[in-house]
Amino acid sequence: MARTPIGLVGAQPDPPFEITFDGRPVPALPGQTLAAALWGAGILAWRTTRDGGRPRGAFCGIGQCYDCLATVNGEPNRRACLVPARPGDAITTQEGHGHDRLGV
Amino acid sequence: MTASASEPDDVAGPPSASEPKGSAGTVADSLPDAARRSDVSYDLVVVGAGSAGLAGAVAASELGLSVALLDSSTQPGGQFYRHPAPTLGAVRPEALHHDWSAFADLRRRLDASGVDHLTGHHVWSVAKETDGTWTAHALTGADGSADAPVRIGARALLLATGAYERQLPFPGWTLPGVVGAGGAQAMLKSGLVLPGRRIVVAGSGPLLLAVASSLASAGARVPAVVEAAGYLRYGRTPRALVTNPRKAVEALVHAAALARHRVPVRLRSAVTEVHGTDRVEAVTVSRLDRDWRPVRGTGRRIACDALAVGHGLVPQIELAVAVGCSTRALPDGTLGLALDALQESSVPGLWAAGETGGVGGAELARAEGELAGRAIAARLLGRRTGVGATAGLRRRRDRMRAFADVMSAAHAPGPGWTGWLTDDTDVCRCEEVPAGRVREAVAELGARDARTVKLLTRAGMGWCQGRMCGTAVSCLAADGATPEPPSERRPFAVPVPLAVLAALDGPLDPTPASDGPPDPIPASDGPTDPVPS
Repeated sequence: MARTPIGLVGAQPDPPFEITFDGRPVPALPGQTLAAALWGAGILAWRTTRDGGRPRGAFCGIGQCYDCLATVNGEPNRRACLVPARPGDAITTQEGHGHDRLGV
Repeated sequence: MTASASEPDDVAGPPSASEPKGSAGTVADSLPDAARRSDVSYDLVVVGAGSAGLAGAVAASELGLSVALLDSSTQPGGQFYRHPAPTLGAVRPEALHHDWSAFADLRRRLDASGVDHLTGHHVWSVAKETDGTWTAHALTGADGSADAPVRIGARALLLATGAYERQLPFPGWTLPGVVGAGGAQAMLKSGLVLPGRRIVVAGSGPLLLAVASSLASAGARVPAVVEAAGYLRYGRTPRALVTNPRKAVEALVHAAALARHRVPVRLRSAVTEVHGTDRVEAVTVSRLDRDWRPVRGTGRRIACDALAVGHGLVPQIELAVAVGCSTRALPDGTLGLALDALQESSVPGLWAAGETGGVGGAELARAEGELAGRAIAARLLGRRTGVGATAGLRRRRDRMRAFADVMSAAHAPGPGWTGWLTDDTDVCRCEEVPAGRVREAVAELGARDARTVKLLTRAGMGWCQGRMCGTAVSCLAADGATPEPPSERRPFAVPVPLAVLAALDGPLDPTPASDGPPDPIPASDGPTDPVPS
């Protein structure tokens, strides 16, 4: 059997649930952050930068770098590496500062 | 509850198990918002529930103080003992850890103590009031966005805020798939996920060995560990090595794991470029000369889908710096808090432990936390510290501090690392400021320090407040001279909504948590006014 993080710690998680990323379903395990669920699905970027429009995702993993900002259930600038995933959470790629609707 | 100062037992005596559990605090997320807005007071507020904060909180509580332990995470342990949430059902969390039993012991003491462990509390400022007591201001919720900011009062403060990872930029480091070495470790320890399947680990410092062995144990291929320093500098101080055998054992455990997984370690080398358009596809590893300048013609390409990179850790000290605590320059060019023999800072009533005084690891953090907890209890209860009981702790602390300084010196970035940068390499990730603009501010506009560079280029002005680019900007501003350590001066430790600032009015009410109004700590000399930012 291939070595995996789950196998390493002998994890027997509660049943997974679904969140979505830009409308597509992504499985999440109870207790994972949004960033962990996205990494688990091979997704490494979920925002674009204000100036260059470059893709970014989790970098420091501990809430210090703010690279992992995402729009979650319509609310921009949530740190995906800190926020626990909940069933039905809808993550959408955050464009720039995430406040386009303010017209700034 | 507060112990009265007339109790006869010496502060160094056995922990009193008969203290009833305090009930003034509330765990965030367990009460309606209105209930969480109340201001509460304790003898001691500890910020950070890692090794140092846990040890300090339980030690002070066992000696009779009422203690609140504030931490941003939902679980104790800090970064070193970060572990999966209970719902992930990890049967062997210790498989991702070194010295797990030490944490299990601290957690048992926490559970048995009267400490109010307040999770989801992000402390953004601490302030000393006119009566000598402290107020800690915190946002609440997983990422601090819950609508329930709190203020918590205390007669003493213990800062155990740990550290964050130091980064040195290089071409391509903003590509998805490039993550902090500590970041990869954090995501693995708590989320049980990897950033890729073939992960190069690079940078400098002993953390790289731990990260690489974790990633390999969890199933990743690790084509190389790339260490910029040599390990020879450790040999210059044999005394620190001989007196800290546990560190050598830890290194050997990781080295054995790397050998088992056939992970090569390349010394005096660095990742000087990342290749890929939307994510990492390969890296170029170059040899470095003694000053960390890349040696021409030595670049070798390694295919990978992720890179975990970091250059050691930076003490997280802005809460203390903001109230005027003195700092000391550490051998690796970072700043730590200047602390006395019993862990008190230059501002009376504010103690610190663990990485805040200089990065030295979990075992040192535990010793310092325990020492600080006892010293604070002795101060607040008006008793002499039990010299006999702290002497051993102090000796261990000094021995481990000596090793920490050796480690810090061994991995100090060489001045030639800026040779990795091209003019279009982003130095500041948040504000997308390339190296060329920083160099222009220095060469053409006369900037001589990071603050001036910030004013001219916006580098360090973004969300992370210069944590990711601080070292790089300092080095570029020094223009070949010895760089100033990044100042770690941030008026707000985390971003604070304007509405929270606008709502800051009214005095802090003492609460039933203490037997009447808190007594100010006996004054000693020294400036206590916050330094203007």
